Amino acid sequence: MTTPLEAAEPAVQAAGSGDDRPAYRGTLKYALSKVGGALFSIAMVIVGTFFVFRLLPGDPVRNLAQGRNMTPTQLALERHRLGLDKSLIDQFFDFVGKTLHFDLGTSYEYKRPVLELIGERFPATLLLAGGGLVIAVSLGIWQGARAGWQRGSRFDRVSTGVSLVLWSMPTFWLGLLLLMVFGVGIGPIPGLFPTRGIESVDAPDGFAYVLDVANHMVLPCLTLVAVVYAQYLLVMRSSLLEEVGQDYVNVARAKGLRDEEVRRRHAVPNALLPTVTLVFMRIGFVVGGAVTVETIYSWPGLGQLFYEAIRVPDFTLMQGTFMLITVSVILMNTLADVVYHIIDPRVRSA
Amino acid sequence: MSSVATSRRRLAFSRFWGSFRQERAGMAGLVLLVVAVVLALVAPLFIDDSVTSVVRATGKPWAAPSLDHPFGTDESGRSILLMVWWGSRTSLLIGFLAALLSIVIGMVVGIAAGHFRGWIGAVLMRVTDWFLVLPSLITALVLAAILGGSTLTIIMAIGVTTWPSTARLIRAQTLSVEARPYIERSKALGGGHWHITTKHVLPNVAPLLLASTTLEVASAIVTESTLAFLGVSSNKTSWGTMLRASYDFGAPTKGAWWYILIPGLCILAVVMAFTLVGRALEAVLNPRLRKAGA
Repeated sequence: MTTPLEAAEPAVQAAGSGDDRPAYRGTLKYALSKVGGALFSIAMVIVGTFFVFRLLPGDPVRNLAQGRNMTPTQLALERHRLGLDKSLIDQFFDFVGKTLHFDLGTSYEYKRPVLELIGERFPATLLLAGGGLVIAVSLGIWQGARAGWQRGSRFDRVSTGVSLVLWSMPTFWLGLLLLMVFGVGIGPIPGLFPTRGIESVDAPDGFAYVLDVANHMVLPCLTLVAVVYAQYLLVMRSSLLEEVGQDYVNVARAKGLRDEEVRRRHAVPNALLPTVTLVFMRIGFVVGGAVTVETIYSWPGLGQLFYEAIRVPDFTLMQGTFMLITVSVILMNTLADVVYHIIDPRVRSA
Repeated sequence: MSSVATSRRRLAFSRFWGSFRQERAGMAGLVLLVVAVVLALVAPLFIDDSVTSVVRATGKPWAAPSLDHPFGTDESGRSILLMVWWGSRTSLLIGFLAALLSIVIGMVVGIAAGHFRGWIGAVLMRVTDWFLVLPSLITALVLAAILGGSTLTIIMAIGVTTWPSTARLIRAQTLSVEARPYIERSKALGGGHWHITTKHVLPNVAPLLLASTTLEVASAIVTESTLAFLGVSSNKTSWGTMLRASYDFGAPTKGAWWYILIPGLCILAVVMAFTLVGRALEAVLNPRLRKAGA
């Protein structure tokens, strides 16, 4: 890991701004500007959410009540309770104030605070999406590096072909197929894995519980990984192709390093950085996949909560989960930007 | 003057077509695409809306593939083959129009951001970056759920959430085109913003636009089917709504593999075709890749 960074160092100094400020100050300034940008984006999300959800055709109270019969008095009371009898500007400041205090309102369907519901569902999503992401990233990077290094080889053609097919596949369709074949069972194949939920009805305790959850996680995780890993493979492959012809790779070869060592110690670390940023930049894609996967396998996570909110439709819940998901994605992106800046000296000069 | 430009462009096009024909995967994708589009266009000559009607279903519910119904039937006995054929019209239409909308927004924003440096460009890029980090599927779901799931709103929801990557691509290309000397010459001769962007920048970014449109159609078709599957689409028969119905009526537990397999394979085939064509276009148009491939 150190060698390629050293190789890149002189270029940085040459291209650097030429002043003698310590490097960390530049990084700090960069981080602050990125965090500022993120705060601005989050503010825009809150403002945008307010206006988009006011675009709803029809009377918001009736929308929220989902056509339940209400007397005019009840409607008026409800309107007053929700603050909808105030002017749009007052409503806006109410909404912003409440959101900043993490008050996301009360779900109509569950009759409970949205934030509480989100808190309950969050761990399941973290487990599924986090686990899936780790597997997908490692698999994609490993295969992509091998495919790119041996461009045109059989390994390259097969893995690129497979990932293109998986990439073209809608997540939910793959989920349905896996559900049918491995969950329910078809023809001679018996159902191997549970088809819904995160735990059995009579979930055991202790280590057996962990196994039970893992067993429930196989199919959802497999679906998520299959669709997500393909893009990492393709990105890692093309990123490695950029490195293959570089001088330092030739130097490493000229030094007499074995081919595998040139790849592992010189080319891959350099190709890794753009790929890793991309992983974080496309985190929204994984979140979208998680919504679909959780829906199919009734995985009790945020995605399923969001899906239920859309189906009902429960607009307060939809609004709350939407804001939470979007803000988390923005934060992840910012984190990736800053970390990338710290670990890759090349971008600092750019 | 213009005839010189025309003949030069014709020459460039024939050269482009020549190298595109070398891309075997791209040609395969193109053939598949033409077949799919032609089938969708001629569908009204053979069948009509009645194939999706529950009351005029011709077969038994949940019938496995047979000679009468080559791809089996669904929960109310409608032929999957005919439904898939008829549904291709909605799926492809939404795919094309959503991609078109996305590309047009991306193109206008991208060229404007690249052409007008200074605060206009900076603001446009800020907006683009903001849209870029929004999780597009989630945003499209919310928009479709709020505006109701008609074909038009689905197209809008997809188009509005997917344009930023095109805008970034086009902006980068615009910047590199505008750095060339002939733009300076054109400015010196009195070319205005409109003249420079439409007569010089646009023709230069057009090939890239073509490649990214193809890829965009592919992802729009997948997004449409996902939106339909998650239940925010209208009731018009599309591949996505068919899969939604297959899930709702428990096709996986009934072992009705044909109901799940066929619409999904259609999506897969069309999306693959667009992806292959798009990648081949990129390979032909991007000289750096071409050199590496030689």
